[in-house]
Amino acid sequence: MKETESRKAMMVDALKQSLVKCAPLIQLKNPVMFVVYLGAILTTVLYFLSFMGIKDQSAGFTLAIALILWVTILFANFAEAIAEGRGRAQADSLKSARKEVIAKKVKSIKALDQVTEVISSDLKKGDLVYVVAGEQIPMDGDVVDGAASVDESAITGESAPVIRESGGDRSAVTGGTTVVSDALVIQVTAESGESFLDKMIAMVEGSARKKTPNEISLQILLITLTLIFLVVSATLLPFTRYSSALSGSGSALSLTVIIALLVCLAPTTIGALLSSIGIAGMSRLNKANVLAMSGRAIEAAGDVDILMLDKTGTITLGNRKASEFLPVAGVEEFELADAAQLSSLADETAEGRSIVVLAKERFDIRGRDFKALQATFIDFSAKTRMSGIDYQEHEIRKGAADTVKKFVMEAGGTYPAECDEIVAKVAGLGGTPLVVVKNKTVLGVVYLKDIVKNGVKERFEDMRAMGIKTIMITGDNPMTAAAIAAEAGVDDFLAEATPEAKLQLIRQYQEEGHLVAMTGDGTNDAPALAQADVAVAMNTGTQAAKEAGNMIDLDSSPTKLIDIVRIGKQLLMTRGALTTFSIANDVAKYFAIIPVLFYAIYPQLDALNLMGLNSPTSAILSAIIYNALIIVALIPLSLKGVSYKEMPASQILRHNLLVYGLGGLVAPFIAIKLIDVVLTVIGVG
Amino acid sequence: MSAILINQLLFLVVLIGLGIPLGFYTYQVMSGKHVWTSAFLAPLEKMIYRLLGKQAKVEMNAKKYTFSVLAFSFLSFIAVMFFMLLQGYFPGNPNGAEGTSLSLAFNTAISFVTNTNWQAYAGETTLSPLTQMLALTVQNFVSAGVGIAVLFALLRGFISKNSRNLGNFWQDLTRAVLYVLLPLSLVIALILVSQGVVQSFGGAVETYLLETGEKVLVPLGTAASQIAIKQLGTNGGGYFGANSAFPFENPTVFSNFVENIAILIIPVALIVSFGLFVKEMKQGRTILIVSFILLVLALIGVTMSEYYMAPHFTDVLANGNLEGKEVRFGIGWSSLWAVSTTAASNGSVNAMMDSFTPLGGMIPMFLMQLGEIVFGGAGSGLYGMIAFVLLTVFIAGLLVGRTPEYLGKKIEPFDMKMVCLVILTPPILTLVGSMIFTLHPDSAAWLGNSGAHGFSEMLYNFSSLANNNGSAFAGMETNTTFLNVLGGCIMLLVRFIPMTAILFLGENLGKKKMVAVSEGTLSTTNGTFTFMLLGVILLIGALSFLPVMGLGPIADFFIHS
Repeated sequence: MKETESRKAMMVDALKQSLVKCAPLIQLKNPVMFVVYLGAILTTVLYFLSFMGIKDQSAGFTLAIALILWVTILFANFAEAIAEGRGRAQADSLKSARKEVIAKKVKSIKALDQVTEVISSDLKKGDLVYVVAGEQIPMDGDVVDGAASVDESAITGESAPVIRESGGDRSAVTGGTTVVSDALVIQVTAESGESFLDKMIAMVEGSARKKTPNEISLQILLITLTLIFLVVSATLLPFTRYSSALSGSGSALSLTVIIALLVCLAPTTIGALLSSIGIAGMSRLNKANVLAMSGRAIEAAGDVDILMLDKTGTITLGNRKASEFLPVAGVEEFELADAAQLSSLADETAEGRSIVVLAKERFDIRGRDFKALQATFIDFSAKTRMSGIDYQEHEIRKGAADTVKKFVMEAGGTYPAECDEIVAKVAGLGGTPLVVVKNKTVLGVVYLKDIVKNGVKERFEDMRAMGIKTIMITGDNPMTAAAIAAEAGVDDFLAEATPEAKLQLIRQYQEEGHLVAMTGDGTNDAPALAQADVAVAMNTGTQAAKEAGNMIDLDSSPTKLIDIVRIGKQLLMTRGALTTFSIANDVAKYFAIIPVLFYAIYPQLDALNLMGLNSPTSAILSAIIYNALIIVALIPLSLKGVSYKEMPASQILRHNLLVYGLGGLVAPFIAIKLIDVVLTVIGVG
Repeated sequence: MSAILINQLLFLVVLIGLGIPLGFYTYQVMSGKHVWTSAFLAPLEKMIYRLLGKQAKVEMNAKKYTFSVLAFSFLSFIAVMFFMLLQGYFPGNPNGAEGTSLSLAFNTAISFVTNTNWQAYAGETTLSPLTQMLALTVQNFVSAGVGIAVLFALLRGFISKNSRNLGNFWQDLTRAVLYVLLPLSLVIALILVSQGVVQSFGGAVETYLLETGEKVLVPLGTAASQIAIKQLGTNGGGYFGANSAFPFENPTVFSNFVENIAILIIPVALIVSFGLFVKEMKQGRTILIVSFILLVLALIGVTMSEYYMAPHFTDVLANGNLEGKEVRFGIGWSSLWAVSTTAASNGSVNAMMDSFTPLGGMIPMFLMQLGEIVFGGAGSGLYGMIAFVLLTVFIAGLLVGRTPEYLGKKIEPFDMKMVCLVILTPPILTLVGSMIFTLHPDSAAWLGNSGAHGFSEMLYNFSSLANNNGSAFAGMETNTTFLNVLGGCIMLLVRFIPMTAILFLGENLGKKKMVAVSEGTLSTTNGTFTFMLLGVILLIGALSFLPVMGLGPIADFFIHS
């Protein structure tokens, strides 16, 4: 119920906007429609002149043409308004988040009690503010002290709070979000008017929408066509006068008829819908919870032919799962499982838990009494790169092969060559080997398997068909990476990836003429993001990453890139489809109008009246009524975008040419004839 | 009819057979490679560069290249004006031709400099052989050379990366003229002389008519040499007023065959050179196929119309519309010529366009109105066609959801602006030019016909002027100050606006990097694209000219059917 109400409100608003947009200055922005606008004004004037005895055509006919032209303009305005309306609704909800709050400004992290209260809009870059639970974060910034959970639903729509903490890749906070627990000290990074929220509102409202390069090119083409048609129609005035003199019959065409012809021929369908296509494309992107910093970025997304995807989260499930216990010779599998389970009991990581699960499945090993065991857990640390447990006289460690090997050798134990073999085998299968030792004795290897997500392989196949190459980026060693790459069906991979290597790879591809898209979240991704043609920063990422990217994914979903490419392509395709349709329509309009235009001079031309239209009046009226109606008929298509499937370019072209080219040729013949029949029935013409 | 068919088919086969090797040769010449003719011509080439000095060595960007083209063309214009106005004072004037009127000199100078060869005069009576040779024949060579030079400047933009250099105009012009046009016209001139085309410095010969014994003057002149290049360089300006219908210009069926091949061979060869130059023969093939389809369709149309749309008699050797046609050429060779001369922007005629059937005359007119891109003028036809390819690429690119690209270059707003200028200029000038003409109070009196046919006459002539073709629908009073000036301006604009746009397009393309090819790249060589290109060319042409055609040939057709 609420939905229909808001829809109704949106419609009413769009209708109002359609009238407001009739202002000349707004019309001037769209050259094609401006020609229609001038035509409407001119015919209206002609109608009024007819009362003063200056007669161009029969007054009724002139009035009819004038009215239809005004309606055409209203339809075009409506198309734009309705597209804008969708964005505005989104912007309104964002605006409610952007309210002035009193911020607690502090001098330093240590002096949190010396607070000066300022209005959020007065905050300057570099100011420190202190925000406690329940308060709204006043401005974009970086957390410099503390950790807290923050509700970012105002921006992302996601209701589960997220953790924000100083240092690391989760330090960026956005103005307008709310701290739910604990407290943060934030250093302001943006000033009022240029904050993330401000930019976002501007983008979805469409006010910051600059014309994209392809849109400008298309505009140039449309102006060119309009210019040609303007000359074609305008010169018919002297030509018909001349011809009637040469042939001795008939007379020059009336101005009204010439204006009607011009409007029919000018690419009004695409001209009217062009801006709504652009706005709708942007709002489709917003709907996917992606915020583009420029329209250019969306277009570039359609052109991308290299996708750099992070392995974890995009290609594989985020977490690895223990899938096998592989003991060395002389060790029972149970022994290995037992030790591995024991050392993992306190391990909260997903890998650790999966070991416990596997041990339970295989040998039904369950929880233990730690007190009886007098156990101390050794957490994983970046320094030791091992975790484990010490209990009674025993110590168990598990970790990556090279660290464990070093640990065993230093302790004076022996590291069996067989273990190396198992490790190599696991790595070769794309898994992660975890070596388990108990009291300097190597027990064996836990095979942690990377789980490739369901359906990614098919997705990558589609991409390949479209000419998009996928590249997996991973920190794994080349052997592991190769195995996963093969399983997932990516075209290439970058193993042991460092930020420098990523940057290098992007540059190399760009040098070869490719367009590269990537996602990133960390500060160390920033250089690569800045280099990539389409750079999607995760909303959970750092401020540096967000600034380097040209799009922000509010869901922080690693597969979003694929959707972005689709939206980009769809945007261009919709423009192309409607342009083709619009131009193809002209053929039928000619066949409707030309025979009747010159009928008085050369009655023999009636042979060209293929549609058998009733009379000159009804033929011209039918053509321009069709011209107006087709705009309305195509508004849904302009908003939704043309249907899109991953296919090679040649197939897409053939398909779209058939639908919009051939369709554009045939459809108006039928429609104009139908309108003519209706007009005849109701007695016009 | 079957004889006509076999003849025309033979012609097309010979055209392709000769055009392809010439394309390879031209490619080598224009990329500065050593060719077998270098042995004789290289010293001459070096000497020309030495004479030109530093200018012949520098690399040029669009601005410099355009400036050189314009400066050269302006000097050419002055030179032709000079000869035309002052020919009375010069030797080599056996018939005592006087200096022409200023407006005729203006019109003719522009006409020859722009490779149009619109002739508002009859050569044998108005001009001295010296003027024909030094002013007009020279322009026949260099105006074609300029077109070829500009084409290759554009092509350099396609193959270079991050560079504004388009080559050197003087070198391009020299090589095109010296290595391609001169040797070929030498060969053709000799063949023509063997067939009886006149080549003489002597004045008119006095002779007596067999039937009445009346004394007449038969003008001679340096015709063979001028005709060879007039056909090769897509010029078309006849030595004699009756152009290639006149026996002294085109005496036999064989000379007709050779001249007709000469009309189309350079445009065909340039398409082949284009494929070689951009290192993708297939791209050239696409354009060749599209051009051939349009040519063949037009040929079928004209031949059928001329053959069937006229009264047929039993027991008569030659049937069909023979009015205005030379009996030695008949319908087949005349239709072929009409199509060739308007497909290529040649403009010479071997039959009178005025006497063609309505549709038979409409098709050649439409070929011109397409923008002279179906083979078109030397160089200019192909760069015009490339503009249409880019337009098609743009629409097709949008249809597949990618920023359009051609030959690895992305097509961006600036490129589209230039492309649109190239495409827009001819139709607008055709229509506006015709409109200005109709507004002149005396214009109806200048026409040789009335009614729809009169309109066709006017439209044909302006289509010819505004597409640098130069052929005329006989009958119109052309040598008037009004028409000389109007026509001169039209020819000037339609030549140099697109040409400048093409050079700047070339520079802008050259500045870009190459985009890598993938499955997502739109193929510009497959059937779908070829079909689409055909569609775009025909649609733009039809949309621009259907209404005026309705007042001219289409009305004419329905009145007479």
